[in-house]
Amino acid sequence: MEAPRVEQVPELMLTTPFRVRKNRRETVDTRTLELVPAGESKMPAWRPGQFMMLYVFGRGEIPISICGDPEESSVLFHTVRAVGPVSTAMCDAKAGSSIGVRGPFGSAWPAEFYEGHDVVLVAGGIGLAPLRPALYRIMSNRRRYARVSLLIGSRTPDILLYPREMAAWRKRDIDIRLTVDAAAPGWKDSVGPVTVLIPRVELEPSRTVAFIVGPEIMMRFVVQALAQRGIPLSRLFVSMERNMKCAAGFCGHCQLGPAFICKDGPVFPYSQLAPWLAIRNL
Amino acid sequence: MQKDIESLLAEHPFFRDFAPDYRALIAGCGKNTHFDSGQLLARTGDSANLFFAIRHGRASIEIHSPERGPLIVQTVDGGEIVGWSWLFPPYRWTFDVRAMEEVRAISFDGECLRGKCDRDPVMGYDFMKRFARVFMQRLENTRLQLLDLYGSPAR
Repeated sequence: MEAPRVEQVPELMLTTPFRVRKNRRETVDTRTLELVPAGESKMPAWRPGQFMMLYVFGRGEIPISICGDPEESSVLFHTVRAVGPVSTAMCDAKAGSSIGVRGPFGSAWPAEFYEGHDVVLVAGGIGLAPLRPALYRIMSNRRRYARVSLLIGSRTPDILLYPREMAAWRKRDIDIRLTVDAAAPGWKDSVGPVTVLIPRVELEPSRTVAFIVGPEIMMRFVVQALAQRGIPLSRLFVSMERNMKCAAGFCGHCQLGPAFICKDGPVFPYSQLAPWLAIRNL
Repeated sequence: MQKDIESLLAEHPFFRDFAPDYRALIAGCGKNTHFDSGQLLARTGDSANLFFAIRHGRASIEIHSPERGPLIVQTVDGGEIVGWSWLFPPYRWTFDVRAMEEVRAISFDGECLRGKCDRDPVMGYDFMKRFARVFMQRLENTRLQLLDLYGSPAR
């Protein structure tokens, strides 16, 4: 199946002002912004997996995934990592300052179509942010799903996202497994790439769906490891990140084969993208 | 009732699909072991005449740095194996292996295993293929760790 698409309306091309309610430090280079509508702006409806185009006035606009609870209708949560001039300015945004918001855009995680299944969520680095709304959605309907596993890979323990929330997630019967690339003694979880966690997860391959977000290389190896467990490619969903600019499929910057990541994605069944991901320099 | 080594091997992913008669032969080289959290299974430089099939718990593969102390380079969990220095001369451990929590394992006498593999090359080949798969997986893991996939693209 394809990831659910959300019909876009012309207003989505207009930037509306939002106010930074809070700027919370996550790691040394990552912040979570809480945005609320400013003036007559309205809070848009969105679905897990979708993204917004966020505009720092005078600096530029970048796509950032929505990472909050879909049942929270008054605030937009965006976790931003400072990697360029716009994202750095966004991370520096003070409470009370303005951010332009356009969206939501893109396809959504198809969690509601896989009730009754085992669910495996695999996140690498900041990839946990776009997965978190799907996790919230599943936790809100926890009894409708079988086993739910959250596998998280990070470079080091100190840059893991949302560590304070994990205890609450575990209480909701989420099997959380962590691994880092390097650690000092005292670290009690795994050391190694996120793929080492996959053979350890309990699942029934014929009734399992996986949502995966992280660097493309990571996703490729995660897909291989999940396929080795017997899960069909059509039930492995990935969230892609390419050079998204217009967010509406006009500019072509994020085109991958016949698909525009911004408009047709960012969430895709891996089977749809696999032939194109294998082509170098595409 | 305590299970014998052969029964325990039949439950371990590394040995599960081994031919039963080979599994019985290998079981003769194994014994049950237990390590408390923090205890070393192996120490760098020591004679390596053992390898471990971890049944329960987690162990870290560590290297000691004079400047930074012990560094964990990898962890192994229940259902996995650790140790291959027993396969090649000079049979010395090149890393420390430490129990991160209570670890229950089967330890195998390397000399006993080498002897049985030499006497039955078909079994030895099967055994080496299993080890080679683990080598390949660990090498792939190490390569992915070296890529620093989650690092900032700006760096």
